Amino acid sequence: MIALLLRDLRLAFRAGGGFGLGLAFFLIVTVLVPFSVGPQSDLLATIAPGVLWLGALLACLLSLDRLLALDWEDGSLDLLATAPLPLEATVSVKALAHWITTGLPLVLAAPVLGVLLNLPGPGFSWLLVSLLLGTPALSVIGTFGAALTVGLKRGGLLLSLLVLPLYVPTLIFGAEVARRGAVGMETSTPLLLLAGITAGAVALLPFASAAVLRVNLR
Amino acid sequence: MPMSRTDKANTFWSYANPKKFLATTERMLPVLWVLAFACLAIGLVWGFFFTPDDYRQGSTVKIIYLHVPSALMAINTWLMMLVTSLIWLIRRHHVSALAARAAAPVGIAFTLIALVTGAIWGQPMWGTWWAWDPRLTSFLILFLFYLGYVALWEAIDDPDTAADLTSVLCLVGSVFALLSRYAVNFWNQGLHQGASLSLDKETNVADVFYQPLLVAIAGFVLLFVALVFYRTGTEIRARRIKALLARERAQEGMGR
Amino acid sequence: MTLTVSDLSIARGGLPVLEGLSFVLEPGRALILRGPNGIGKTTLLRTLAGLQPALTGRIEGAEDRIAYAAHSDGIKPTLSVTENLAFWASVFGTRDIAPALDAFALNDLAGRFAGNLSAGQKRRLGLARMLVTGRPIWMLDEPTVSLDRDAVALFADAVRAHLGQGGSALIATHIDLGLEAEVLEVGPYKAAPPPLDDFDGGFL
Repeated sequence: MIALLLRDLRLAFRAGGGFGLGLAFFLIVTVLVPFSVGPQSDLLATIAPGVLWLGALLACLLSLDRLLALDWEDGSLDLLATAPLPLEATVSVKALAHWITTGLPLVLAAPVLGVLLNLPGPGFSWLLVSLLLGTPALSVIGTFGAALTVGLKRGGLLLSLLVLPLYVPTLIFGAEVARRGAVGMETSTPLLLLAGITAGAVALLPFASAAVLRVNLR
Repeated sequence: MPMSRTDKANTFWSYANPKKFLATTERMLPVLWVLAFACLAIGLVWGFFFTPDDYRQGSTVKIIYLHVPSALMAINTWLMMLVTSLIWLIRRHHVSALAARAAAPVGIAFTLIALVTGAIWGQPMWGTWWAWDPRLTSFLILFLFYLGYVALWEAIDDPDTAADLTSVLCLVGSVFALLSRYAVNFWNQGLHQGASLSLDKETNVADVFYQPLLVAIAGFVLLFVALVFYRTGTEIRARRIKALLARERAQEGMGR
Repeated sequence: MTLTVSDLSIARGGLPVLEGLSFVLEPGRALILRGPNGIGKTTLLRTLAGLQPALTGRIEGAEDRIAYAAHSDGIKPTLSVTENLAFWASVFGTRDIAPALDAFALNDLAGRFAGNLSAGQKRRLGLARMLVTGRPIWMLDEPTVSLDRDAVALFADAVRAHLGQGGSALIATHIDLGLEAEVLEVGPYKAAPPPLDDFDGGFL
């Protein structure tokens, strides 16, 4: 399992691996927001938590179509399926690698981008916490979507259509934590619900992803 | 010979045979169409023209005869797809998977009717076509789930693979749709009135409205059953044609 | 370690392709699969490797014993030859990749990125992967595609050495590898199409 994780990380950091693309996308989306809604700092401060959450979510989505498709094309998935590693573990490791290369950088970059959007002072730590708790769910749910569409020629658009509705609860609770945190309200309820969704997704979805992948490998 | 439980089970599952399913539903369909349209006509005409105006909402309330049944069926269609998907995953009856496929566009139509009538009703009531009310929002999310489900069916060539993948999507989607429902409730408390139908008499709509509503709901249910039977029959025939073509190709391959 | 296949039927895309197939593969033996294109050799190998379910029949002794090599080698172009092999070695829980490099004359290429290899060199790397799996039963689907004569000889030597150590091999190929192997002609096992009026759950 560690070997697979290390390989995926190495592939992401090597040339053409696409590491940093999600981060750049996140930056650009955040920069475009003031252009579209205007530069009033109080308006930006109000929408900052939601915009940052949405930007992080879209950036996560961007790299999903490469998550399993590359291994599918070069036959690695067939070989991994015959390896001693259960497919459930394989997809979990793939999701973890996706989170480390995409989710974690987004979490770390979000406070910096918060400055650009006048995020109120107390919001920074809550934004960081909510993204840290929420992005693993985004990676795991995304892996399920990637497993569903892995055999398709132009699966990218369909992948977005399938994954985005599944992202709704995570987005609602995550952005709610950040929003409440920014205005100094109590955050423990949405935080617990967000943690619950992440824990449930991480524990259960790999089984669905592996089942779907087995069907696609047939 | 006394009929054992397994015999009964066998007679139920025997409808999973496409031929038997087709033969049975073709006999039932004319009756179903007539009943469905009769109930719809009676329920809607009774509801629109022979009920008093509501003291608060005026005549706009009469849109419930479209809105409530379609909303009810939008959810029940998804539930039916969930059950048939489970049957496919567990028992591998092709008819079950095809019935789920056949029901999805019907569900989309019901969801759209519910959303549009909701907007038309919302305009005079709340002064806006759209509000991010939890119930409306949930239906919008349900609509997105339907779209994804249908798109996945359309995208995959191999019918068994498509059936498997969409069934798992339906299962996972159901869980997330339920989560979304609670998340949306939490996110915005909403303007929408409580459920129009419930076992609690106090909160229910008055009897004058209630009886035609039940007839309209029966009409929608019958229409749904008829549409799903009809569309499943079409799917079965399409599947049969596909299988015959594949068989022909395989035999050509042997000839060479 | 014997692989026993009895009365196996397999399907591709819902259509049965081979039926009634039975054979035994003893340790130390090789079996060559022959048959026209599209008869279902790849499907048979994938079924035996556990990638897809069989329609009917039994497969014994295959679980976690098979190293499978398909048409594509699962090689990452941005990893070096050594890194590619070392990855598969650790997935299969083995360490030593030196014998595999030796067997397929990959030592000179060890530091090169796999993306810079020629098709034949890539194929050699893909076949070297079989050695690092440590699995006793090799299943190879057209292994000699894009190999030159010397590389085919290297491959035959590797198979011979594997058989010598008590392993076995099931190879779908049309090239004479110079191995002492039995040949299984799969053509006669081609599945007859089911009767047309049998309109059952499978729609055939």
